Amino acid sequence: MAKEDVLLLDFWVSPFCSRVKIALAEKGVAYQQRGEDIFGGKSELLLKSNPIYQKVPVLLHDGKPMCESTNIVHYIDETWPSPPLLPASAYDRARARFWADFIDKKLFDAGGNIWKTKGEDQAAAKKELIQILKYLEGGLGDKDYFGGDSFGFVDIIAIPLTTWFFAYEKFGNFNVEEECPKFAAWTKRCLGRESVAKTLPDPQQVLEFVSMMRKMHGIE
Amino acid sequence: MAGEGVKLLGYWASPFALRVRSALKLKGIEYEYQEEDLGNKSPLLLQGNPVYKKVPVLLHKGKSISESLVILEYIDEVWKHNPLLPEDPYERARSRFWAKFVDEKCVPALVGVITKVGEELEKSAREAREHLKTLESGLDGKRCFGGTKIGFADVAIAWIAYWVRMEQEAFKIQLIDQQNMPLLAAWIDYVLEDPVMKEFMPPYDKLVKHTRDLREKLTAVVSN
Repeated sequence: MAKEDVLLLDFWVSPFCSRVKIALAEKGVAYQQRGEDIFGGKSELLLKSNPIYQKVPVLLHDGKPMCESTNIVHYIDETWPSPPLLPASAYDRARARFWADFIDKKLFDAGGNIWKTKGEDQAAAKKELIQILKYLEGGLGDKDYFGGDSFGFVDIIAIPLTTWFFAYEKFGNFNVEEECPKFAAWTKRCLGRESVAKTLPDPQQVLEFVSMMRKMHGIE
Repeated sequence: MAGEGVKLLGYWASPFALRVRSALKLKGIEYEYQEEDLGNKSPLLLQGNPVYKKVPVLLHKGKSISESLVILEYIDEVWKHNPLLPEDPYERARSRFWAKFVDEKCVPALVGVITKVGEELEKSAREAREHLKTLESGLDGKRCFGGTKIGFADVAIAWIAYWVRMEQEAFKIQLIDQQNMPLLAAWIDYVLEDPVMKEFMPPYDKLVKHTRDLREKLTAVVSN
């Protein structure tokens, strides 16, 4: 596959872009990557490719644009079937889609509420995040990964969001490992994987980015 | 077609349950339907969807599946005839995109029309019109989202046809018209004529009353 066929419009700290990068790495697909200047000025290609949301990630395959990261990961799995990211049985696939949807609806916003607020609002946001992680621990059960023995779809959807946890912990004054040890163990397991370790930004750098965002939002 | 123990937990006014009923009908799957009392949810519902405790829930071979779009994909994968999703991965991505767009953008705006008053209501109506106009672009000039015949995105979105008409009448606001959104207006007519799509639409007058009552209750809470 020629490298020029697959292009990712990216922003380094976006966990949603990381999902796409990890999925492509797992499939061994070569691609080009173009960093977007989210604050300075989005590229014309981005605005044309994703006119509705105007966000990254956008994946262009043979010039055809796709947006929304979970949708893109689905596309990657269906276009390059090996190794499969979704499990084999229809029921297990439904469970995987359910958890991916749950993560999309809840996790990033709950984390955002922690660093964007203070006092009682922040305490409520922390409680919510921990409840979400406990639900995810329930979904994980005794398995190594959400799909079972192998790293797969839900793991890819979830793991990039954990790079922001260091920032949530600092601003919210709590510790994910203490509250949700099973989730923390799963996180470490995924971080040991090459596709994940090579893709994810350093949580310290994410913390600096979030600190900057807090200043921009006037939160101190 | 024997459903091998398929049961659906639903609610008559839920557009999400409607999606699943339409999908099961399109596939010709026999199933047992259980109408839920949302004020007194059944143990089956609470066990079947412990995270959200919402309808619809599909029960099949002793397992439960929740979230309507997840259920649609499950149905499409288990019963492969009359496929809902297209074969091509890019077209599948497009179908999923539009189904999600409706849930993320249209639903909150249409809910806002029911729950808000005054300026906030105007804002919701404006947003709903904007999102419906965007939705029209998803048709890409075709008769329906699935191309020439009803597919995944049409099943996911069909309820909008009905709900928009209902809200326009119930609250005397303009959300869609022939001039501004001719293609979407044509799609609405097409969908509302389809025997499968319209079979499970709730009784119109009952839905209008239900929505008006809901609005009264919610806006009374707000102003108190």
